[in-house]
Formats: sequence, structure tokens, C-alpha cells
Amino acid sequence: MKHAIQTMCACLARARQTMRSALRRMVSPALRALVLLCALATFTALVFLIGYILVRGIPHLQPSLFAWEYNSDNVSMLPAILATLEMTGLSLLICVPLGVFTAVYLVEYARRGSRLVKVIRMTAETLAGIPSIVFGLFGMLFFVTFLHWNYSVLAGAMTLSIMVLPSVMRTTEEAMIAVPDAYREASFGLGAGRLRTVFRVVLPSAMPGILAGVILAVGRIVGETAALIYTAGTVAQIPDSIFDSARTLAVHMYSLSREGLHTGEAYATAVVLLVVVLLINGLSALIARKWTKGK
Amino acid sequence: MKKFAEGLMRGVFALCALTSILAVALICLFLFANGIPAIAQIGPFAFLLGTDWAPTNVPPSFGILPMILGSVYVTAGAILIGVPIGLLTAVFMARYCPAALYRVLKPMLSLMAGIPSIVYGFFGMVLIVPTVRSVFGGNGNSILSASILLGLMILPTITGISESAIRAVPRAYYEGAVALGATHERAIFFVELPAARSGLLAAVVLGIGRAIGETMAVIMVAGNQARMPKGILKGVRTLTANIVMEMGYAADLHREALIATGVVLFVFILLINLSCSALRRRNEA
Repeated sequence: MKHAIQTMCACLARARQTMRSALRRMVSPALRALVLLCALATFTALVFLIGYILVRGIPHLQPSLFAWEYNSDNVSMLPAILATLEMTGLSLLICVPLGVFTAVYLVEYARRGSRLVKVIRMTAETLAGIPSIVFGLFGMLFFVTFLHWNYSVLAGAMTLSIMVLPSVMRTTEEAMIAVPDAYREASFGLGAGRLRTVFRVVLPSAMPGILAGVILAVGRIVGETAALIYTAGTVAQIPDSIFDSARTLAVHMYSLSREGLHTGEAYATAVVLLVVVLLINGLSALIARKWTKGK
Repeated sequence: MKKFAEGLMRGVFALCALTSILAVALICLFLFANGIPAIAQIGPFAFLLGTDWAPTNVPPSFGILPMILGSVYVTAGAILIGVPIGLLTAVFMARYCPAALYRVLKPMLSLMAGIPSIVYGFFGMVLIVPTVRSVFGGNGNSILSASILLGLMILPTITGISESAIRAVPRAYYEGAVALGATHERAIFFVELPAARSGLLAAVVLGIGRAIGETMAVIMVAGNQARMPKGILKGVRTLTANIVMEMGYAADLHREALIATGVVLFVFILLINLSCSALRRRNEA
């Protein structure tokens, strides 16, 4: 009896050991399968999202959607497209000089590690993390109400400029840091001052990197909604001036899909937005690749 | 003349560099100056812990606990879905992906990050909501739908940061593990990932920040009922949604209460950012 129990225990122990080593051997293939599965899920989701919207949306792209005048029958998106262009142009006009000059100061002028530089970096990091709706609130309180600009393209563009400033700044900084010091030394050696060196040597060599960053900023401006609803407003006509309210394409799409009456048109707007984003990303990647290859 | 131009431009550059400081200062000033009085008037406890949001009742009630919980639940759901998938995708990108495939997939990730949130929201509205409705019941506008959508939206953030954290682990760790007889998977999951943990944590924290601040996409799938969350298949309203939904017609104390909602959101985000930069600093040290 006792012997039988002992044998059984030994058997069990051996079985457990083989089980455990089998399990242990399973760990690696299981992990690998998980990794592959998750990567597959991520990219399938992306492709599916783009495909779904394109397939469902392209049939809704009708000429009436691009009529010059918006009315509640044709829900034309042309005014919104023009407003988006205006908004983008104005925002870039404000944020690109600011971002680039800040980067110039940080890279070429400021002492590394000075307290001011630390504070600038910290605030830029903070700005980068603030959600767009908080920018929208601030824009409403400051530009729209406090400065009495009302709902206007200008108020929206200022809000967006603050929003994308950190990313323009960071990409410019990275591009400038990547310019070899030998360029600067050569320029100084030929008698150029700091200013001339910055504008004639450093910035031109860093241009592709800056451009790639600016293009990504365009993407964010075009896609932004929450920061614009209460700063630029939702008027669906072509703005006469930058002091008029206007809706960009993304805001237009929000209005259409919220009403629930124009799902087809919302699909079409989504297609246009997606195509714009695809083009922007492609362009940015192309420039960045050219740049890294050139070096 | 030349010296003058040099000095002038130096001043211009320095002034521009001060914009971001000015912007943060103004944002803090205007949000707090407009939001804090409302919180004081309503009472901090009644505001933060009140379970009733009924701004048009007489007398009105301004409790934002339902929205705070709504944001927390939706974010938690997004993390539950987005972090495992994003992390494992990052492992794939850093350690499995062949170079040729990588050149295709990496731009796809940045494309994914570039798709506007309104498009994500629309996709959620026309696809995720009906799917959740037919599979799980309810009306589809729910915590679950919002979590799935946000989980998808934070994938590029989590994958991007995790990938660079994994890549930053010295090659010797991997080689050492393999030399001791570990398989490729064991070396990655039991040696490299633990070594990269503070970077991975930073990715998760940043993902939380993205999810909690997301507005348009959530509005389109979460149902937006301003009441205490009742279940994963029921609708909720987040802090961000509360602002956008009602700001259009709010006045007086109601409007200020909405700005105060923004203040609460802003403070959440500041705390998250602080912990994120603390993590990053520890990473660099």
C-alpha cells in the first residue's frame, strides 16, 4: 500500500515536472504569437479604418458638396475648405516665426543649461501636454472675450498657434542641433557674424527638418475641432475677413455628424480630411527621408 | 550698424523664446481667474463630490463627480485595451519587424497619430457603436465603445514611446540573456522590458493624458448623459464632453462652472505631465 502511494507520488511529481517544462517551452512561442497578433491588430485596425471610410465615403463625394455657397440643402464643404486654408495660413504665419526664433535662441544664443532655458523647455513641455479643449477654453476667455475679438478666424488661429508652437519649436531645435558645428565654425572663420551664420548657414541646412515639422503642424491644424468650436465659431460661410467667424473642415464635419441628418455628407467630409492627412504625412515623410539620405 | 542688427535680433529671438512662458502664464491666469470663483461659490465639496449635474434646475446643482468618474472609467478602459496591444506592437516594431516592413509600418504609425480625432469619432459612431449595440446590447453609446475607440487612438502614442524605450536598452542586456540560454522572447520579455520599465511607464502615463483630454471622439460615442456611471454598457459624460456640450448656451454661474470643469481637467493634466517628466528625468539619470 505504502509502496503504491510512493510510486503514485513519484509519478505525479514527474508528470508535474514534464508539465512544467512543457509549459516553460510554451512560453516563448506563446509570447511570440501574442506579439505578432497585437501588431497585426494595430495595423489591421488602421487599414480597416481608412478603408472603411474611403469605401463608404467616396460615393458621397458629389459636385453639390463643392458649391460656392453653403445652404442647408447642399451643405457644401467648399466654404469650410477655404476657411481651413485661411486658418492654416494664418496660424502658420504666427507660429512658425515664433517657433523657429525660439529654437534659434535656444540652440544658438542661450547658454546651455541656464535657468531661462530650463523654464522655456518646461513650459513648452507643459503646452505640448495640454488637451485641445483647454486651449479652446483659454482662447474663448482670452481672445474672444477679453480682447473682444468675438468668434473669428483670428481668435481661432491664435489659439491654434499656441497649441502647435511646442511641436514646431522642438522639430526646429532638433534640425538645428543636427547641423554640424563645423558649418558654424567655417562661417565664423570667414568673418560672418552670429546673425548671418544663423540665417545663411544654419537655417538653410536645417530647412528640410523644419519643413517636415511645419507640415505635421499643418496636419494638426487641419484636424483640430475642440479648440475651434468656441474660438472661431461654426458659421458655415466663406469668411470675408479674419475677424469673421468661420468653420474649418473638421468643425464642419462635427456639425454634420452631430445633427444626424447628413451622415452621407459627413462621410464625404471624412474622406476629404483623410486624404489631406494622408498627403500631409506622405509629404512630411518624403522630405524627412530625402534629408536623412542627403547627409 | 552690424552690431546694432546683431543686438536687435538677439533681443527678438529672446522675446520669441518667452512666448511659451507667457502662454502658459496666461492660460493659468485666465482659467483659474474664471474658474476658481465659481468653485468657491458652489463650494469645493459640492462641486467636486456632488453627484447631481442639473444646471438648469431651480435651484441649480453643479456636481461634477459623474463627469470625473466618467473620465476616469473611460480612460481606464482605454488603458486596459490600448496598453497591452500598444506595448506588444512596440516590441514587434523594435525587435521582430524586418527592416523592409519597418519602412512601411513606421510611417503608418505616424499616420495613425495624425488622423484627426473627429474622424476617429465618426468611425466610432458609424462602426463601433452599432457593433457594440448588436453584440452586447444596450444602445451602443457606452463606456465600452468609448474605451475601445480611445484605446485605438492612444496606440500610436504608446507604441512610439515604448519602442524608443525598448531600443534604448543596451544591446549587451539582450546578448547576455541569449548567451545564458534564453530564447529571443525570454530575453525581450524578462530582461529588456524590465530594464526599459520607466520608459514604458512614461508611455502609459502619456497615454492616460491623451485619453483623458480627448474630446471630440468621446462625444460621438459615449452617450454624454450627465449622471453617475451605471455600467460598462451605459452612457457616460466625460469632463471634456461636459464643456463642449453645454458651453454654447451656458450663462453666468453655469458658464463659470463649465470653466471650472476645465480647471479640474487642467489640474489633472498638469499632475500627469509632472509625473511624466519626473519619469523621463529618472530615465535619463
